[in-house]
Formats: sequence, structure tokens, C-alpha cells
Amino acid sequence: MTWLRQAATDTQITHGARLWLYALAIGVLVFLVIPTLLVIPMSFSGAQYLEFPPREWSLRWYRSYFDSTAWMQATATSLKAASLTALVATPLATMAAYGLHASRLRHANLLLMLLLTPMVVPVILIGIGVFYAYVKLKLVNSMLGLVLAHSMLAVPVVMMVVGSALRTFDMDQEKVARSLGASRLRAFWMVTLPQIRFSVVTGAVLAFLTSFDEIIVSLFVSGGDNSTLTRNMFNALRDQVDPTIAAISTLIVGVTSLLLVFTQFVGRAKDH
Amino acid sequence: MTPPPLPNTQALQRDAMRERLGLFGLVLPALLLILVTMLLPVGWLFYLSILSDNGAFSLEHYRRMWEQPSYARTFWTTFEVSLLTTGICVLLGYPLAYFLSELPKRAANLCMIAVLLPLWTSLLVRTYAWLVLLQRRGLINGWGMDLGLWDEPLSLVHNLTGTLIGTVHVMLPFLVLPLYAAMRAIDRNLLRAAANLGASPLRSFWLVLFPLAMPGLASGALIVFILCLGFYVTPAVLGGGKVIMVSSRIANDIELFFNWGAASALGVVLLVLTGALILVAMRLPGMGGMLRSQEVSR
Repeated sequence: MTWLRQAATDTQITHGARLWLYALAIGVLVFLVIPTLLVIPMSFSGAQYLEFPPREWSLRWYRSYFDSTAWMQATATSLKAASLTALVATPLATMAAYGLHASRLRHANLLLMLLLTPMVVPVILIGIGVFYAYVKLKLVNSMLGLVLAHSMLAVPVVMMVVGSALRTFDMDQEKVARSLGASRLRAFWMVTLPQIRFSVVTGAVLAFLTSFDEIIVSLFVSGGDNSTLTRNMFNALRDQVDPTIAAISTLIVGVTSLLLVFTQFVGRAKDH
Repeated sequence: MTPPPLPNTQALQRDAMRERLGLFGLVLPALLLILVTMLLPVGWLFYLSILSDNGAFSLEHYRRMWEQPSYARTFWTTFEVSLLTTGICVLLGYPLAYFLSELPKRAANLCMIAVLLPLWTSLLVRTYAWLVLLQRRGLINGWGMDLGLWDEPLSLVHNLTGTLIGTVHVMLPFLVLPLYAAMRAIDRNLLRAAANLGASPLRSFWLVLFPLAMPGLASGALIVFILCLGFYVTPAVLGGGKVIMVSSRIANDIELFFNWGAASALGVVLLVLTGALILVAMRLPGMGGMLRSQEVSR
């Protein structure tokens, strides 16, 4: 094994002397990946208790998911809330990012910090705060309340994505359009937006995922007919380990990966 | 005598003013949303935290935190979990980041997928996966006993062990990403120079690479610690009610006891702690991952 005695870096340490490093690093990589990947084959198990590798394969947990009205209703709620959140948060955040970027307001930084606060305040505090407000406003368990709260959480995410696209965009192009007689809105719509559209789409997907994945706020303000998928899953996990959740998890992993691959793909297409 | 103003100065100023107002108008809807659904409610919680049960001003909720030992236990658990998680993340993440920083770009990017995959997977899915692996009849106990490594099922979950395994798994990417970026940016010629001047591998690591990667390590560790302080979901599920961190206690105060004052006071303490640490963190270089990070702790 001459490789073991070869120098690994410029410091002249040999590969043999740092085998522990390679083993540890690969071990940690496995630790990061394995749990998620194990859930996928286990969701196809036919047994009552989860085992790996499954002794018999079946789709019974998928059937139990699709046959359950409670899970189906929760899934519908989550999808609806996530779509509406994307529809609300994306325009609001794009407008705000554009306004802050174009205006060079004296207090733009202060405004930006205010708009980003949902990212730094502990979510549990946001959760009970929103819950308290919704009790007063009678918005608990309503779709409207859920979408508003999720949009608040998604606005900073979309703003970061769109804001960074705007920072690399040459605003002089808008000036040209306006000097040729376009109104500000028209200049934005025909010159700026087409060039930042990929970032806006990415932002919308992230807004969707922010709502779809959100657990804590949903735990407090969703319920009854409007209980979200994450809320039901969380409550199920606290009680007992139901293999149906393996099936749901696999579906979620599938859908989120598709969406994220989509954003990566869109990101490659690049703005400008 | 000052020259008379140009004829259209005033009109131009008015236009500029109008434009600025218009642009501020664009920010307004988002600001209003955040004001109504977050800033005002959280501000209201501040107010609730300084009211006694009969509605008079009082600091009893804060005083109770000093006086009742159960609160001290909650804070201690929170710090214990956060510190241990941060420590384990550093122990596991440092070698990984170093290993990745030496790989060729292409191979490193491939390995990066493994680091990013957990970030992309729903938190509940990951927590569920650990529950399946670690429970009494879980995979790890099954394999361990099949191989004859231990005879009785080990209790790996619904206690501190399970909580730590889960939190480390969630937090590790937040340590590795900034650290890896910092290590990639280091000019490797410096190490060559160190070796050339006669430094042993260990010495050149300790005197050259380690200090240069320190900002990445510091910001990564701080992010992990901050996120741990407010972590709710994974400790609540994998701790099985035995590991009560501040977030769990806040949730219990509301869900079980409807004690808004106590929950709010705890929330305020958590917010102040987090805010102070974030201010420290913002002074560190290399905080790129900071903002993305919150997303996942939900």
C-alpha cells in the first residue's frame, strides 16, 4: 500500500496518518443522509412494525393514507395554504424589495431589518403571539389566518431572493425606458420584471415550501377542518409511531425534491 | 445676495418627493402584514409578561423564574442541549469541512449534496426517521441485538440521547457550510510555506489553517447555538416530554395551563437571549448562512 505512505497535502502528512479523518468524514456524511433515505424503502413495508429491509413489500401504508379522510383533508389544507401563501407573499415581497432597492430611502436599512424580523425571532414566540392575536380577531382555525401568518413568514425569504436579483440588475435600463416615455409601472413590467423573473419564480416556490413545511405556527393557529398536514403529523408522532407517516414522508420528500430541483434548474437558467 | 432658485427646482423637488412616497407605498403592504401578524402580537406578549393575573403591573412572572427551581431546570436543560449539540457538531463537522475543503471542487460539490439533503428534507420527516431508527423496537436496537452487541433494548429515544442525536443531525449543516466556505477561501500556499519552513503537519494546521478558519468556525457554532436555544419540534418529539427546553415549556404553558403571562415572560427572555447572541454574531465575518438558517428550525 504505497498510497498510505504518499503525502496527502503540502504539509507532507501521509494518507495513512489521516485514515481516521477519511473514516470520520465519510461516517458523518452517512449519518447525514441515511435516516431520510431509510424511510423510503420502509414506507413500502407490509409489516405492522417498521423493519429494514422489509420482509414483504406492499402499498398498504399508502392505501391507509389515501383512504383516510383526516389525512386527505389535512393534505388539501396544506396544499391550499401553501399555494395561497405563494400567491400573497410573492407580490408583496417583490414590491417591497423593489421599493427598498429603487428608493434609496434614508431609512431603507431600518425598514429592511423590520421586514426580516420573522427570520430571527424564535418561531415559538411568533406562534403564541399570532395565536393570541387570532383569538382576539377570531381567526383561529381559519384559512385566512393561516395564510396571513405563513405569508408573514415567507415574505423575508422571497425578499432575500428577489432583492439579490435586483442588486445585480442595472437600474439604468429602467431609466432608459422611462426617458423614452414609459411610466414607472410599465418600465418595471416590461424591462425589469422579465429580467428578474427566475428569481421571482424561485421565491414563489420557496414561499410555497415555507408554508408547506411550517410546523409551529400551524400547531397553534390551524385546527378543526383547517388542520395542516404538518400539525397532524406532529401530533401523530407524539402519540405513537404510525407507519402511515413513512408513506407520507416519502411523498413529501418526493414533492419537495422535485420542487427544489425545479428551482435549481430555474436558477441555472439565470436572470439577465 | 443668493441667486434666485431655478424656475423648476420646486417642481423637481415635489416630483422627487412624490416618487419617494410612491416607492415607500410599495413597501407598505409587506410592512403592514408583518406589523399586524408579528410585531404587534409579539409586542403584546411583552405587555402581558409584565401584568399580574389580576391585570396590575407586576414583575411576578419574571420573579418566579428566579424563585422556582423548575425554571432553573428548564434553562439548564436548554443550555445543556444547546451546548452539547454545538460541541458535538464542532467535533463532527470540523473534520468533515476540512475533508471536503481538500477534495477537488467537483467531488466536494457531490459530497455537498449529502450535507444539503437534510436541509432540503422536511424537519418532521427527519424527526420521524430518527424515531423509527432509535425506538425500543427500532432498527438500531434490532440490529444491535441481532448481532449480539447488547441483550436488552437500549433506550435511545425519549431522553437526552435521542434529543441530541436529532438536534445534531438538524444543526450539522449550519456548522459545516460556513466552515467549509472559510476553509475553501484559505490560500493553500500558506501551508506549503509552513511545511517548507519546517513545520510538522500538526503544527502547520494549528498555527496556519486553524486560525484562518476561525471566523467560519465561530459563526457556524454561534448559529447552531442560537438555533438550538429556540428549537422546539425535534426536542419535543425525540425528548418525549422528558427533555423540557424553553420552547417546550412555553408551548406547555399555553396548551395545558393557558398561562399567557408566564409563557410571554419566558418568550421575552428567550428573545432577549437570542437577540443578544445575534448582535454578537453579526459582528463576525462570514455570516452568509445566518439568515437562511432560521427557515429550518421551524
